[in-house]
Amino acid sequence: MTDPNFRAAAEAVLPGDEAGPVFREPWQAQAFAMAVALSAAGHFSWADWAATLSRKLAGQTAEADADGGGYYRAWLAALEELTDGRGLTSPDERSSRQESWAEAYRTTPHGSPVNLPSD
Amino acid sequence: MAGHDDHGHDHDTHDDGHDHIPSEVVLRVKALESLLIEKGLVDPAALDALIDTYENRIGPRNGAAVVARAWTDPAYRERLLADGSAAIAEFGYTGRQGEDMVVVENSATVHNLVVCTLCSCYPWPVLGLPPAWYKSQAYRSRAVIDPRGVLADFGLVLDDDVEIRVWDSTAELRYLVLPERPAGSEHLDEAALAALVGRDAMIGVAKVSLPGAGA
Repeated sequence: MTDPNFRAAAEAVLPGDEAGPVFREPWQAQAFAMAVALSAAGHFSWADWAATLSRKLAGQTAEADADGGGYYRAWLAALEELTDGRGLTSPDERSSRQESWAEAYRTTPHGSPVNLPSD
Repeated sequence: MAGHDDHGHDHDTHDDGHDHIPSEVVLRVKALESLLIEKGLVDPAALDALIDTYENRIGPRNGAAVVARAWTDPAYRERLLADGSAAIAEFGYTGRQGEDMVVVENSATVHNLVVCTLCSCYPWPVLGLPPAWYKSQAYRSRAVIDPRGVLADFGLVLDDDVEIRVWDSTAELRYLVLPERPAGSEHLDEAALAALVGRDAMIGVAKVSLPGAGA
C-alpha cells in the first residue's frame, strides 16, 4: 500500500495547481511514482526524502530551472542518491544500465519495440 | 491480414536503428526504473496505478481545445492539417524536444489510429501522460498487425468499408487524431464541444459522441 502520509506530503510540495500536481513530461511522473512506491515499501521516510530533495534543490542554479524541469531533475537526483545510499542501486550499475538503454535505442530497427538485450 | 489496411502506415525511412535517442534525464529514469523493477523493489503495476492517477492532470484538455477549434473554425482546421506543430503552438502547447506534430483527420470513410511500436512516444503536450495500455507490449504490437481487432477490443466496431490508417509515432514525429464532430452537436459552442472530446478519441481508439446519444 502507498503510504498516504508520504504521498500527501509529496503532492503538497509538487509544482501544481489547486487540483494537485502537474507534470510537464512523462518522466517527471515516473520519477514521482518511484519515490512514492519506494517510501511505501519502507525504503526511506518522508523526513529523509525531504532533507535530500531540499539539499538537491538548494544546490541548483537558476539556469537549471529555466525550462521549468529543474524541480524534477532535483527530484531524480535525490532519488538516485537515496537508492544508492540505501544500497538498492549503485552509481556504476545505473550508468551502465543507462548506456544499455541508449544502445538499445540506437540499434533497434524502427517498428520494433525497444527492449534491453538479456545479459 | 484481413481487414488490415496499411496505406497510412508510416514506417520510418532509416532502417539502421534510431537517430534520436531519448534525452539524458529520460534515460536516467528508465535506468533507475528498470533496475528497481528487476530487483523486485517496486511493482510496475503499482507505478502504473500511481501514474494513472495523474494522467488527466495535464494534456487531454489541451488536445480537446485544439479539436474543438478545428471543428468550429474552418480556417484553423486547414492550418492544423497543413502544419500541426504551428497550429497547435497557437495555443502555446509545444514540446520541448522539438518533435513535430502531425494531425490526421477521421471521416466517414477513414479512421486513424496512433501507436508507438517502439516504446511509448506520445504527444504529451496535447494529450498528457500516456495511459498504461498505450505503453503495453500488447497494444504496441497488435495495433499494427490487427488494428480492427484492437479497435473492437475498445468497443469500437467499424464497418468493413472504413479504411483504417495506423500511424507509428517516432521520437521526432507525434500524431494526433482529429475525430469526427458528432452528429447533433451543431448547437454547441467551442467550449461545450471541447468538453466532449476525450483522450481516447484523439488516439483513435474511440469516437466522440454526445452524452445520451449512445456509443
